[in-house]
Amino acid sequence: MRQERIVLIGNGMAGIRTIEEILKLEKNRFHITVFGEEQHPNYNRILLSSVLQGDAGVDDIVLNEYSWYEDNGIDLFTGDPIIKIDTKKQVVYSRSGLKKPYDHLLLATGSNPFMLPLPGVEKEGVIAFRNIGDCETMMEAAETYKKAAVIGGGLLGLEAARGLLNLNMDVDVIHIADHLMDRQLDSDAGKMLKAELEQQGMRFHLNKQTVKINGRKRVTGLTFSDQSSLKADLVVMAVGIQPNVGLAKQSGIKVDRAIVVNDCMETNVSNVYAVGECAEHRGIVYGLVAPLYEQGKILASRLCSTGKEELPVYEGSIVYTKLKVSGAEVFSAGQFIDGEETKSIRIHDDFENTFKKVVIRDNCVVGAVLFGDTSDSSRLLSMMRSKTDISQMSKASLLPSEAEGGQGESLVAAMEDGDTVCGCNGVTKGEIVCAIKDQGLTTVNEIKQCTNASRSCGGCKPEVTELLALTTGEEVSTVAEPLCGCTTHTHEDVVAAIKEMGLSYVREVMNVLGWHSEAGCSKCRPALNYYLGLVSPLQYKDDPNSRFVNERLHANIQNDGTFSVVPRMYGGVTNPSQLRKIADVADKYNVPLVKVTGGQRIDLLGIEKEHLPNVWKDLGMRSGYAYGKTLRTVKTCVGKDFCRFGTQDSIGLGITIEKKYEGLNTPHKVKMAVSACPRNCAESGIKDVGIVGVEGAWEIYVGGNGGVDLRSAELLCKVQTSEEVLETISAFLQYYREQATYLERTSHWITRVGLDSIKQAIFDDGIGRDALIERMEIALSMHEDPWSEIVDSDEKKTELFKNKSVIAH
Amino acid sequence: MTATKEKKKIFVADRNELSIGLGKQVSVDGVVLALFLQSDGTVNAIENACPHKGGPLSDGIVSGEHVFCPLHDWKISTKTGMAQGADKGCVTCFEVEVNNGKVYVFV
Ligand SMILES: Cc1cc2nc3c(=O)[nH]c(=O)nc-3n(C[C@H](O)[C@H](O)[C@H](O)COP(=O)(O)OP(=O)(O)OC[C@H]3O[C@@H](n4cnc5c(N)ncnc54)[C@H](O)[C@@H]3O)c2cc1C
Ligand code: SF4
Ligand code: FES
Repeated sequence: MRQERIVLIGNGMAGIRTIEEILKLEKNRFHITVFGEEQHPNYNRILLSSVLQGDAGVDDIVLNEYSWYEDNGIDLFTGDPIIKIDTKKQVVYSRSGLKKPYDHLLLATGSNPFMLPLPGVEKEGVIAFRNIGDCETMMEAAETYKKAAVIGGGLLGLEAARGLLNLNMDVDVIHIADHLMDRQLDSDAGKMLKAELEQQGMRFHLNKQTVKINGRKRVTGLTFSDQSSLKADLVVMAVGIQPNVGLAKQSGIKVDRAIVVNDCMETNVSNVYAVGECAEHRGIVYGLVAPLYEQGKILASRLCSTGKEELPVYEGSIVYTKLKVSGAEVFSAGQFIDGEETKSIRIHDDFENTFKKVVIRDNCVVGAVLFGDTSDSSRLLSMMRSKTDISQMSKASLLPSEAEGGQGESLVAAMEDGDTVCGCNGVTKGEIVCAIKDQGLTTVNEIKQCTNASRSCGGCKPEVTELLALTTGEEVSTVAEPLCGCTTHTHEDVVAAIKEMGLSYVREVMNVLGWHSEAGCSKCRPALNYYLGLVSPLQYKDDPNSRFVNERLHANIQNDGTFSVVPRMYGGVTNPSQLRKIADVADKYNVPLVKVTGGQRIDLLGIEKEHLPNVWKDLGMRSGYAYGKTLRTVKTCVGKDFCRFGTQDSIGLGITIEKKYEGLNTPHKVKMAVSACPRNCAESGIKDVGIVGVEGAWEIYVGGNGGVDLRSAELLCKVQTSEEVLETISAFLQYYREQATYLERTSHWITRVGLDSIKQAIFDDGIGRDALIERMEIALSMHEDPWSEIVDSDEKKTELFKNKSVIAH
Repeated sequence: MTATKEKKKIFVADRNELSIGLGKQVSVDGVVLALFLQSDGTVNAIENACPHKGGPLSDGIVSGEHVFCPLHDWKISTKTGMAQGADKGCVTCFEVEVNNGKVYVFV
């Protein structure tokens, strides 16, 4: 029998969730084809805010990679929108000319941002905040421009504004109403939010109506109805969305505000369905994921039905929102503005800066606003969903966080098994608890993978964490993260034990401290190996088997199992003979790709493991450590010898630093840079240690990061001589080595402990500083170049690098 | 290859070529295996391609009977070939015989 054909238009959150639900029910019944206008696989649109705020990269928010489509036999066409539907012949046509017949057609085309029709809206630098492209535009603009204006003080506008602040732009938010988030908050909570965000550096213009966007080709500013104006080089419009219904309309499918669907998500045309932001159900268009996911589930069961069973129907959703801006806890759900028949409980605490309001009608909770402390949110939501009669309830059980003497009973403990914990994905407490028990889950991440809970907006992560603790029987209050799933001890406990008991082997630590698993795992083994080496640098013998393959083999593993080799070029400086060597080696070993890295080195990619020792030998250069938890590179700018702005010898200092700290073991990789003037061509502002030359002095910046968690470095101190630079780096790095937990970057460490505590430790106390520097010298004395060590040892070459090949005759 | 077909017993390595805690890649007539020596002297042989995306398991961190794939850290049993924890999938296991310090695999 021929497979039934499903065609999905719209590779977004609602459409793909529907497909996931279908695959759960019927893995092989359908042949599925997906068309998407964007060039990406399905990604988590909600987390664009995190990408912009620097907490995630674009790759991190992909929900289903290309391989998922392949594995499930789904034909995916990205960057190719459908432009025509023939509902009679049941065929769709794409822009590139593809023609696909369907038995069932799913419309999930989402929405378009609403752009105010202002004069000048077409100018360069005026954008919306909707997709990856918009995010990238903002990040690029931040590199050249300084002043951003966000039109719209709602959820999206504020998240965009926070992101732009993180990108070091000046941010003005223009809002037409008299308080922020007026669709979600009442004016009291709105005012508190404004105060909080002003502290974070945003400027607000309330009750302002934009009438014109100024500028010639690119935007230069805004003009308001009161004739005042504002300068801006980037304008983000976040004033609302418009369901994307053009295609449906021209295909004769009934459209009101959006595509009209019934309780089974069916449109007025047979075999055509709609879900998501492009659909209108009982007069409502939803713009949040939780309802869309509920719709997807209903539609999936409709499509997979045999026609005999009774089908579930969709009856609408209670919506709630959380603002995803750190430092501003905001939650809002249901009907939160007081009306004729409602009463409300309000708690406004100026000291704690919290505001809580619960709206009640006919003895049921129908809405809530929480500001500053949102820990009661899931409890309130579940009461709203189940329409719990609260007439007999005390205030403390409505808002448990207000209970006398602190926390009172745990929120999730009080929830019923059927109550939803993760609203986005509709995962109940019961499902999570079952998964933890049946599959022995030990981390939130595992729960996420198994159940989808907290996979979307992440707002329920605290509840999921608490459930994990409750279910596995660990005390809820012991929130300190254990080193890994093999133990209950924290990093700090383990280091203390190693010191106190004089432990000297990885296995010994695991035995003495009662590891649950006999042999440890890929998390704790490398950490223990690092801590043991840190505590006794001269005695401890490194355990290569506890190191990740990159560090064991001193080269980077690639996705196809080959390796990449990066030879050391101190300070990014090379010469013709080195380049010739590299070129010869690349020829001799047929290296498929030669690339200059971001750290000013040359990378030879695609080398077979067995060839590594010979490649190193032929290169005759030292290892570039592009793979270790150690000093990677010291990037340098051209500096005073050549550059017309340079005031200092940045290359010379960079080389000295790189030679000195080469091969040092650190909790995570460490990157450095030296620029010879504040123009910062070596990007010193986003390095773990960045040095900037100014007239007659060097500034030392620390804790920067250009990676996933983009963070600019903070000024540690200003010193006169290069000797002082080296001493300061030694004290700082040694303190980092001793205080940070394994795999903690300097940026996270500094955020956690505060720069002041670090300054105190490495400057205020002369003896402490000298001791740190001395311990650093001891650690550095142990370094040997790993490549030449292996090249010189036949035993290591065979043990680590030789594959065997046997012919069976 | 069907289950009924006779498997061949093939000498693949001397036991002292292997070290505890370190996988070894051996290809036998083009079939690529990973060998793991356990502390009790037994040897396990599995297909050297992670069920996730084909990572070379012989390069992973070995913890007792388990190996952590070097590409995305899946945990695979070297005894049963099964992926552990939340991950689903398995690799083919091969029967091994160790005799007088010689390691044979049935392929
Ligand atoms: C920055 C941001 C933050 C957000 N934060 C939250 C939040 O915290 N919580 C929350 O619940 N919601 C949030 N949302 C809203 C949420 O992302 C949307 O409600 C949800 O993504 C809608 O899903 P959808 O599938 O209907 O539409 P989309 O995810 O937009 O998918 C529609 C897809 O269809 C494609 N398409 C359109 N027309 C065609 C065509 N003719 N042919 C082929 N493809 C087509 C589009 O390119 C698009 O990729 C946020 C949205 C944004 C932009
Ligand atoms: S950082 Fe300053 S000195 Fe160095 S290259 Fe750039 S402009 Fe020249
Ligand atoms: S290939 Fe092994 S974990 Fe991904």
